[in-house]
Order: sequence, then structure tokens, then C-alpha cells
Amino acid sequence: MNYHWNWDVFFQSAAKNQTYLDWLLAGALTTVFIGLAAWFIALALGDVLGVLRTVPSKLLSGIAAAYVEIFRNIPLLVQLFIWYFVMPDLLPFGDAIKQMNPVWQQYIAAILCLGTFTAARVCEQVRSGIISLPRGQKNAGLALGLTLPQTYRHVILPMAFRIIVPPLTSEFLNVFKNSAVASTIGLLELAAQGRQLVDYTAQPYESFIAVTLLYVLINIAVMALMRWIESRTSVPGYIGSK
Amino acid sequence: MAYSFDFSSINADNLVVLAEGMRISLQITVTAVVVGIVWGTLLAMMRLSSVKPLQWFAAGYVNTFRSIPLVMVLLWFFLIVPQLLQNLLHLSPNNDLRLTSAMVAFSLFEAAYYSEIIRAGIQSVSKGQVNAALALGMSYGQSMRLVILPQAFRNMIPLLLTQGIVLFQDTSLVYVSALADFFGQAYGIGERDGRIVELLLFAGAVYFVICFSASLLVRRFQKKGIS
Repeated sequence: MNYHWNWDVFFQSAAKNQTYLDWLLAGALTTVFIGLAAWFIALALGDVLGVLRTVPSKLLSGIAAAYVEIFRNIPLLVQLFIWYFVMPDLLPFGDAIKQMNPVWQQYIAAILCLGTFTAARVCEQVRSGIISLPRGQKNAGLALGLTLPQTYRHVILPMAFRIIVPPLTSEFLNVFKNSAVASTIGLLELAAQGRQLVDYTAQPYESFIAVTLLYVLINIAVMALMRWIESRTSVPGYIGSK
Repeated sequence: MAYSFDFSSINADNLVVLAEGMRISLQITVTAVVVGIVWGTLLAMMRLSSVKPLQWFAAGYVNTFRSIPLVMVLLWFFLIVPQLLQNLLHLSPNNDLRLTSAMVAFSLFEAAYYSEIIRAGIQSVSKGQVNAALALGMSYGQSMRLVILPQAFRNMIPLLLTQGIVLFQDTSLVYVSALADFFGQAYGIGERDGRIVELLLFAGAVYFVICFSASLLVRRFQKKGIS
């Protein structure tokens, strides 16, 4: 195979005052942004759902369980297309969304899709964290006269959240990896910029190598962050704590 | 606002097309599960072997694939595999190698995930079993094949099947290469007939029914245990 390598391609001008490298970095920034925004939604929604999964109410735990099953058993790509193409037609404020700048529509669909998808996974982690605690903790809380919400707030959750930091790390990593799916609706995140670079420069290997390295870089950064959080929050006396 | 649904696009003719797409989805899934488990087992054994270079190779392989998005992996393989095969087998560039590329990509990608499941499974077999096998005079290969792997796989079956369900969902991502799997066909029909809403909801429902029933089966399997 004779492939013509040309690493200088990244410094060639792509558009006004922009090199192809700028495109890639803009894509990486977009990936980080939608990843963080989706992670915020996933944590907020997933925590609530995870708690609901464990409360002694058939109705509430049933709702949370149904949510998890729905979001876990439909492919992410299909969910994304439903958010992007179907929801504006069905939701009451859909017309307002349709009026928006198309780029905003892509961002909204991608962030809501990734957030709600990941929430189902966070929910399961929170649930398994809660049920892994010894029963006595909840009973002790109730016996002390705390109400059930107080027991969750002061006894169960502070322990559960600290136990589930490692599995949440891998979900956090997944958000960024899954965000590459957003390239299918035309959102110019990292993977999409990579493909665009291939079309413009006809240097597929350099583009893909750069994109792959940037994803690895994001991964490493997230892992370092979560390690730090893990060491700050580890429960004394548990395996893995200092 | 009321959207008026019109499901007339989901008729007998189109269902044949959709079934054809589903065949491709399943073909990729089955290939990737089989190759992924075989290659994943080898990777797990390398990772647990005492030969350092093998350990490094397996660890590097698994960590690389696990830190790259599947979409990127697919794009890589749609770029590399056709060129490689055309050069090796002297095929004409007109051959459509997208299905082959997809199967190779999913097999190699999933092997990384399978190998982690299998490694955990092997490590869950108690140390005494290994020692007993070695004390009986078995070689490393024999103890793996006759003692450890049979027990490990029995413990792992639910996880391996669940990973298979995830894989089946992920096959929809071949959309990036415009390969007409089930999802690609559904979207294509929706676009042609101007009925994207209906076709997407239909595709979502089909995936849900398949994956949900499969996961219920796995759960029942898990409870009853495999005798």
C-alpha cells in the first residue's frame, strides 16, 4: 500500500483564520460540552430514579423500573433519532423547538438523549449501592426516630454514593464515548469533525488517528478526575480506602 | 398540537424489506458474539498467563478498544478492512465489503468487552480447583480446558448473553456506513414515505420487544440456574 502521509495537513487553512486543527479542537470541545451537560442530567435524574427503585412503594419503584427497562432496551441511536425527529412533533412545546436554529436542535436532542439514556444506568448503580448496604443501617436510622426521607438523606445516601464512585467512573467515560453517536444527526462533535476532515483533506489516517488520540485524552482526563474524587470520598475502613 | 399518525407505511411490502434488514442485524450480532467469545477467551487467558509480553498485548488490546467510541471503531474498520482485503485478495474495488467490515469491527471490538467478562469469570473459580488440577498432573492447557473454563463459563452465561443483547442494539450503529440493517431500512422507508415519526417509533418498539424479552429470558435463566 502506498499511502501518502502528510501530518502538516492539520496546519493548513480550512476556512477563514482557521486550520483543520482548530476544527478538531472545536469538535473535542463540543464533545466535552455535551458529555458534561448530559452527565449532569444523568446524575440528577438517575439519583432520583435509583432512590425510587428502593423505596417501599410498589408504584414508585415500578415507575423507576419501567424507565430503566425502556431506556436500556432501545438502541441509543434509535433513541437519539426519536428525540431529534419524533419529539418535536409530539411534545406540546415542539413547535418552539422547530423554530430554533438547527444547531440548537441538535444540541438539545443529543444532550437530552444522552442524559436520559445514562440516567437509566446511573439509576441501577445507585440502586445497587443502596441495597449493598447492611440492612441494619436503615433500621438503625428509623429506630432513632428519623423519618424515611431523613434516613435516606443522612444515613443511606452518604454511604451509597461513596461506594458507587468506581462504577460511576465507567458510566462517566461511557457518556463521552456515546456522544460520538450524535454525529449521526449532524452535530459537529469530535467524530463528525474527523469525518469532515477526511472529506476535505483526503487524509483519512491522520484525521482518524488524531480523533482517536483526542478521545483517549478525554478518557484519561476523566479517569484522573474520578480517581481524585474516589480518594477524597473513600470510606475509612473499606477496601480501597487509605 | 395533534400529530396525525399514519402507519400505512408499515405494510406487507415494507415488512419484507425490514425483515431483510433484520437478517443483516442478526447476522452481524451472531458473528460478533461467536468470534468475540472465542477471541475474548484467548485474550483473557493471555491476560492471566505468566508470559509478560502476552499480558501486555492483551491489556493493550482491551484498553485501546475500551477507550474508543464504537462509532470511531466502525469508521476505522470501514476505512481499513476494504483496502486490506482488496490488496490481499485482489478484489475489484466494486465489491461491497461493508458487511464484512462491520462483522470484523464488531467481532474485534466486542472481544475486548467479552474478555473482561471472561477474565472475571476465570478469576471467580476458586484457587483450589486450579491447584487440584495441577496436582493431578494436568498441564496448564488441560486444567484450563477441562476444569476451569467449564466452571467459569457456567457462571458467566447470564453476563455473556446480556452483552449479546447490548451488542444487538449496537449493531444499529452500522448506520454510519449506510449499511442497510434493520434500523437503516426503517429510517430509509420513513424518509422515502415522509413517515419518519411512525417508522422510528416502530423500529424502537421492535428493538424494545426483542431486547426486553431476551433480557427476561436471561433473568429466568439466572434464577433457575443452569443444571
